[in-house]
Amino acid sequence: MLPFPNKMQDFINVTIKLAEGFGTTLALFFLTLVFALPLALLFAVLSRSRFKPVSLIMRAFIYIIRGTPLLLQLMIIVYLPGIVFGAPITKWTVFHGNVPLSYFCGALFAFVINYACYFAEIFRGGIENIPKGQYEACAVLGMTKSETFFRVILLQVIRNILAPMGNEIVTLVKDTALARTVAVTEMFFAASELLRVNFIIWPLFYTGVFYLLFSALVTAFFNVCEKKLGRYYK
Amino acid sequence: MALLSAKGIKKDFGDTKVLKGIDLSLDKGEVLSIIGSSGSGKTTLLRCLNFLETADEGIISINDDVIFDGSDPVFRTEKSILKGRLHFGMVFQQYNLFPQYSVKRNLTLAAELNHLRNNKNADKKKLREELDDKASSLLSRIGLADKQDNFPCELSGGQQQRVAIARALMLTPDILCFDEPTSALDPELTKEVLKVIKDLKDEDTTMIVVTHEMNFARNVSDNVIFMYNGKIEEQGSPEAIFDDPKSPVLKSFIADDK
Ligand SMILES: Nc1ncnc2c1ncn2[C@@H]1O[C@H](COP(=O)(O)OP(=O)(O)O)[C@@H](O)[C@H]1O
Ligand SMILES: [Mg+2]
Repeated sequence: MLPFPNKMQDFINVTIKLAEGFGTTLALFFLTLVFALPLALLFAVLSRSRFKPVSLIMRAFIYIIRGTPLLLQLMIIVYLPGIVFGAPITKWTVFHGNVPLSYFCGALFAFVINYACYFAEIFRGGIENIPKGQYEACAVLGMTKSETFFRVILLQVIRNILAPMGNEIVTLVKDTALARTVAVTEMFFAASELLRVNFIIWPLFYTGVFYLLFSALVTAFFNVCEKKLGRYYK
Repeated sequence: MALLSAKGIKKDFGDTKVLKGIDLSLDKGEVLSIIGSSGSGKTTLLRCLNFLETADEGIISINDDVIFDGSDPVFRTEKSILKGRLHFGMVFQQYNLFPQYSVKRNLTLAAELNHLRNNKNADKKKLREELDDKASSLLSRIGLADKQDNFPCELSGGQQQRVAIARALMLTPDILCFDEPTSALDPELTKEVLKVIKDLKDEDTTMIVVTHEMNFARNVSDNVIFMYNGKIEEQGSPEAIFDDPKSPVLKSFIADDK
């Protein structure tokens, strides 16, 4: 394991270990966004469906997911299949180091579903907050439904959801740490391994710097977007 | 031959009969005011004319050309509606400008989309220039030439409403409809909007104006309709309506206003 000959070397070694974990954190973060954002759009559309059974089921699903801890959802998705089918999930899977990759996929799945539900509610709010008058103005000017949506409504929806999306995505940065509970070797996992194996505790706190920098970056990104779109509104 | 004729327009919302059979006709260059207390169906009538609502029954024609017939499903198709509503311009109480676009773009957007939809091979650059010119000249006419690059949020309510009027005029509708265009404005701003409408009348624009401004209705309209409970209770010249009302409800409506 790590010999840690001097403090400086310690620091460098720990930083490298954490950075490796951070790679997984980033993968989880971006893959969650890539899958959850389009899925959320679908969820939002379904939850607004005029066909009642569809919108009711969709809303109930979103309600359940938002009303239960992500931690519980992670456990269910990663461990329940193994329990139900009487075999550990590891039986079928490819390993990454000594951790089955299926754990990562399971965790990703839980994150995607969970965040899609949160995003869907934000999208729904953003769409429903557009005054009816905007649609009517487009209609009387002879615009088609798709022209109305893409040329007039969409940008207003984006502007509406920017702030809540920013908040939710910063929460996702921090929530990625939950993946460690299902043996995904993200950054927090790496830090707890250093504690378990090498008996050094400070890397645990050091992870805070990574999270903080990352959140700051995400926040800055959203601030820029809001500035860009903000000039059109009082 | 009347420019617009509507016959037997009926509209229910669930169990509420909101329009119970409205007949009206409008000549080219005529200004028709619609008055009546809140809930009498004025807005619904305008919305049926420009197909924001679809009437349950009735016939609407422009220059004797039927653009809606409640008994024929053909007139409920999106294609028919898109075509029919372009005869009407609409100015809303809340302006409903597009906040993300400049004043000029508010004017040109729909005109451009409509043109490109019908002429796939149009020269976009040339079209833009033409529409920009048209927008500029409309904006000068309403005294907002210097605001064309501003965004709606940078304008007063009265200025926004004038832009909304210009936006409707961009599509050269046969009939311009107003639904209480000044009721969100304070008296000073109301004046500037009413002046624009008056100027439009002097240029022979055909208009239907739902309004609470009785002085305006009296001074600017050629004809006035008083609606009560989903029906036309009384109609006539402004003098007949305001100075010599026949129906008791109109009498008390006018008395209340004074
Ligand atoms: N979309 C709707 N659904 C149900 N009722 C409506 C709807 N729009 C209007 N109404 C009802 O129709 C009546 C007439 O409304 P409206 O045309 O807005 O009257 P006005 O413009 O004269 O105040 C009101 O009683 C109103 O509540
Ligand atoms: Mg009304």
